[in-house]
Amino acid sequence: MIAAEKVGLPSGQQSYLPSADAMARRRRRRYLADSAAKWMVRAGGGGVVVALALIFVYLFSEVAPLLRGASVEQAGQFQAPGYAGSERSLLALERYDTLAMRHSSDGRLTYFTLEDGGLVEELRLDVPEGVTVDSIAIGEPRSRRVAYGLSDGTAIVVDHETRLEFSDGERSVVPAPAFPLGRAPVRVDDQGQPLEALAVQKTRDGDTGMAARTADGRLVFVRFRTTTSFLTGETEIERRGWVLPQPPGEVRELQLTANLWSLIGVDDAGTLLYWDISDPASAVLRDQAGAVEEGERVTELKMLNGTFSMIVGTSHGNLSQWFLVRDERAAAGDNIFRLTRVRDFDRHPGAITRIQPEYTRKGFAVVDDAGGLGLHYGTSARTLYLEQVSDTPLRSVGISPVDDVVIAEDDSGRILRFDVWNQHPEVSLKALWGKVWYEGRQDPDYVWQASSGADSFEPKYSMIPLTVGTLKAALFAMLFAMPLAIAGAIYTAYFMAPKLRGYVKPTIEVMEALPTVILGFLAGLWLAPFLENHIPAVFTVLIGLPLSFLAIAWAFSRLPQSVRASVPPGWEAIALLPVIALVVWALVSLSPLIEIWLFEGSMRQWFTDIGITYDQRNALVVGIAMGFAVIPTIFSIAEDAVFTVPRHLTQGSLALGATSWQTVTRVVLLTASPGIFSAVMIGFGRAVGETMIVLMATGNSPVVNFNIFEGMRTLSANIAVELPETAVNSTHFRILFLAGLVLFAITFLVNTIAEVVRQRLRDRYSSL
Amino acid sequence: MRQWFKSGDPWIWMIGGGLAISLIMVVGLLMLIAVRGFGHFWPAPIMATSVTTAEGESDSILGIMVRSETLPAQRVRESGQDIPADQTLVTRHLIKVGNRDLTGRDFVWYLDSALGELRYPDDALRIERREWGNFYGFAVALERAGEIAVRGEGLWSEMQQAIDRANELHQRIQTLERVEIGRINSAMEKLRLERKALELQGISGAELAAAEADFAARQAELDRRFEDIQAERRELMDQSERDVLIAETASGREVRIQLNNIVMASRNNAMGLFGKIGFYGHRIGDFLSGYPREANTEGGIFPAIFGTVTMVLIMSVLVTPFGVLAAIYLREYARQGVILKLIRVSVYNLAGVPSIVFGVFGLGFFVYLLGGTIDDLFYPERLPAPTFGTPGLFWASLTLALLTLPVVIVSTEEGLARIPRTIREGSLALGATKWETLWKVVVPLSAPAMMTGLILAVARAAGEVAPLMLVGVVKLAPSLPVDGEFPYVHLERKIMHLGFHIYDVGFQSPNVEAARPLVYATALTLVLLILILNLSAIAIRNRLREKYRAEGD
Repeated sequence: MIAAEKVGLPSGQQSYLPSADAMARRRRRRYLADSAAKWMVRAGGGGVVVALALIFVYLFSEVAPLLRGASVEQAGQFQAPGYAGSERSLLALERYDTLAMRHSSDGRLTYFTLEDGGLVEELRLDVPEGVTVDSIAIGEPRSRRVAYGLSDGTAIVVDHETRLEFSDGERSVVPAPAFPLGRAPVRVDDQGQPLEALAVQKTRDGDTGMAARTADGRLVFVRFRTTTSFLTGETEIERRGWVLPQPPGEVRELQLTANLWSLIGVDDAGTLLYWDISDPASAVLRDQAGAVEEGERVTELKMLNGTFSMIVGTSHGNLSQWFLVRDERAAAGDNIFRLTRVRDFDRHPGAITRIQPEYTRKGFAVVDDAGGLGLHYGTSARTLYLEQVSDTPLRSVGISPVDDVVIAEDDSGRILRFDVWNQHPEVSLKALWGKVWYEGRQDPDYVWQASSGADSFEPKYSMIPLTVGTLKAALFAMLFAMPLAIAGAIYTAYFMAPKLRGYVKPTIEVMEALPTVILGFLAGLWLAPFLENHIPAVFTVLIGLPLSFLAIAWAFSRLPQSVRASVPPGWEAIALLPVIALVVWALVSLSPLIEIWLFEGSMRQWFTDIGITYDQRNALVVGIAMGFAVIPTIFSIAEDAVFTVPRHLTQGSLALGATSWQTVTRVVLLTASPGIFSAVMIGFGRAVGETMIVLMATGNSPVVNFNIFEGMRTLSANIAVELPETAVNSTHFRILFLAGLVLFAITFLVNTIAEVVRQRLRDRYSSL
Repeated sequence: MRQWFKSGDPWIWMIGGGLAISLIMVVGLLMLIAVRGFGHFWPAPIMATSVTTAEGESDSILGIMVRSETLPAQRVRESGQDIPADQTLVTRHLIKVGNRDLTGRDFVWYLDSALGELRYPDDALRIERREWGNFYGFAVALERAGEIAVRGEGLWSEMQQAIDRANELHQRIQTLERVEIGRINSAMEKLRLERKALELQGISGAELAAAEADFAARQAELDRRFEDIQAERRELMDQSERDVLIAETASGREVRIQLNNIVMASRNNAMGLFGKIGFYGHRIGDFLSGYPREANTEGGIFPAIFGTVTMVLIMSVLVTPFGVLAAIYLREYARQGVILKLIRVSVYNLAGVPSIVFGVFGLGFFVYLLGGTIDDLFYPERLPAPTFGTPGLFWASLTLALLTLPVVIVSTEEGLARIPRTIREGSLALGATKWETLWKVVVPLSAPAMMTGLILAVARAAGEVAPLMLVGVVKLAPSLPVDGEFPYVHLERKIMHLGFHIYDVGFQSPNVEAARPLVYATALTLVLLILILNLSAIAIRNRLREKYRAEGD
């Protein structure tokens, strides 16, 4: 054969094998391919691992900005245009950060560029000859309303509005000052006394309210309503005025709420005063409270956005937040509020000279006479920034409506401009995990309420209700699943007939793949109404089923040996199937009768009567549905752990005369307990992160309790509900990412522990 | 007795009972879904009866019994129904009476005591309508072009023909709207984008004028075609409005039903067994291939099935190569040690991380970051309307691929580990390089394991809902993600999904009672899909084990 083939060889070639040269080439190519493959697999595989790690890194990078404070950078300084010498001033900015507004106590409103302080427009108010401006007041920042109190008992109200103009596609912001009550001064004090302290506020329906303390110490309140006639387009101004009860001391500062129901003042002794002026004709001084220590004065009082909270600044640089809290004492009567000091902020080095609240949040900027600038936030009690930015005392501060620019003016008319990054002041460890006293509440509490329609809404980001909800759901699920799954696992692994085991195990395991949306839908639409209609059955089944098992076991042990032999060992569970079906059916049918006998026909009503809230979609429903979802997980791992206990251990125990139950409890369970533990941990991890079941089977109300008949809101369901509707990169968005990160961390930790325990168990088995 | 307790026998029964409860729940759940899901399509008998109200007035009703329950009278009183004071236990029935347009409610609870004798009239008619849900009543006459055409004898067969004709016309109108008008719309949109792209490029002068002229010509052409199709559509509409059925409700009220509003009419009580079976098959077919109607509470689930399948397919294409590559790296190439052990445990543990976390990651990283960047780079003419910077098919698939990556890795690694040493060593001994051994010997042998992993991944992905709510699934997608328009597979489109459909129809729909059977049927479809996938994975794995047990020894 070989010889025959050799004949066919082309001349000069020794064999069919490639030449040594070709072989070397081919070998080189193969080795090249080999190492190329090596690098490709390394790059690809390593890349996948890195990509998975990226999840954690990315989630963290989204959350990280929450932890940052504010950063403030000085971006320029210039002399205030038209600075006359020693006048007091008020600063404001507009939304595009191109123009700034300055009101000065010599009766001028100037608009200037934020870039270099170049004058854009100067507006001289119609202050009559011989009359001076004695006070300037600013309303809620959003209203842009400022009032000048004059020495003849009148006031001029001006809105420092701006307008957008477009020309050639270029946007420019131009001044558009407005006089809602007319250019001429309006009368505030009927007796024409100088207005030494003034407050102004614009209500939601456009009215203007002003309160003033006159030079002779009286307190007056006026309310202007502007109506525009539809027919003629003429504006009519209706004025109503009242004299309020005499203040005990000399009032320095005044503030009005936006609904014009409350007037807050502070006198020269540092006492806060609260007048209820909801009916101005019968206004009363409701409450007073000392805000300072001995020798300290209140130098500034401002309302935060929403005009619910007051910030009090003192001559020692102290800052505190106050608001009106409903008096709960029975003697107080209805709707009586008290001044309450809610929280304090970091102390400034000098006397507070000006507080300027933010436009849409509960934060405020503060300057003091030691040249310090501070950014603080109400809800979270955070001081985000506090530094000395000037050698000279600062007198006035303005903040941008979008919170990214702050300007401050010192006592020589120099304006400092700062660029600010202050995106997430609402968040602090305490705000997320501690009790916070929110505006309008009786006491500090854990609340999750991330959004609402109102502009002045205070977002409440307490993670406690969500965490408690998550734990509550997981707890009830584990209470339901653990006994069933572990009992089932021990029985299947140790007692069940092997042939049966081959069917039972896959049957339960395949349920692990059942989509949870189906469990959730059954729980919400079928189980929840069913349980609500059969509440007594829940309790009777809980007691009745184990009792019936015992009864059957007892009856079985009394049976003659011949009958007993007909049920082979390891088939008990199958024998119990019809029993369970029968018992449950009987107890459910009995349920309405029990309700009639014991609970006057409605157990739900009975619960309400004894003070237990009952929601249709409650923790019980979730417990059962989610328990059902984790049973296969726990069962499968625990069964493996029990089944793989080395045979010689159990056989040794049995040989020493132990019964099989003794062997199970003393030998098998002890050996397999780490495995069962790890099964429970993995089940718990699954219950913590489960979304669809809780979303569908509870009312998703963020309550903080462990009542089994009430719902809950979990971290995961909360993400599913709220994340699609939040603004990208807002605080809310990042807090939801934080919730995701927390879930990720918890489950990762739990699973890792379980995995390590399982590995060690495996090592132990192999050494036994 | 004490002796008996000591023997431990009762405890064995107790834990056996625990297992039995689990088993009953599993089987019961599957049976509940199966019975309710399959039962939805069966032509239930239409019953007629009289109802006596508390005031003694009598009314006759026609409908289908949905379910019955027995409750303490007090509970029923709480729900607002009037029960005589002497009754303590009441039985009530939920009856689907349909005719939502006439009475406002299509499901009504009636007390057992208020119902008269049940009759099942042969001529009772069930009409499935495109709007307002079902109609139950009796056919009176068929009106054609304003005149009575048939009455009495022969009405039923004539009506069936007329319905078939109307359905055919409806089908043609639908095709016109979905396909033809859709095509013109996308052409117009393309034109608009091209124009905007030119603007962005800053073209001016004569070039711009030429382009403008071209655009105008194309626009005119499209407008003309649109007009043509509109005219054709109007013509068909007119034709389909020819017939009207005059029917009568149980209480004798006369109703006119446009035939183009009828999906199908049936006389359930008059059907024989085979008739019922045929009807049953027909309705299942409609359900699987139809489009949803009436805020998803009626009609079929075809877009949801299609969306689920498309998404899962794309996910498979993404996850398989990367999963296998990572597994080969971890098992064959990486240096074994403590660090690798840590990495491996971490990767395995990712399978246990809640799916919603992947959704959060997908929304933040894929949709906003990657998608936003893609839009800026490649679709500037469409901004500010996002193309990829919004949840869509591709991001949903990618997120699920990430979610199921650990499943594929674990399964593939297991398969690689199962290849007996002898086989590898044999290959190496013959002089094969490591890569050749891997590629030609190990990988083909472990392919079934990879297959198992992929099937498990698909099963998991098909049932996952929570992350999809964030990254691309919507309750009603205007168009399928695959169609005849270039580039055929539209990765940026939003899709419908079986699991989300269940959530949406069951929990967001205004008429839960009407939606309930549909949800069961959808759930059944999903469960069957996933059970089949899982069982096939298990079968493959078992066969694999047997095979290597033989070869390894």
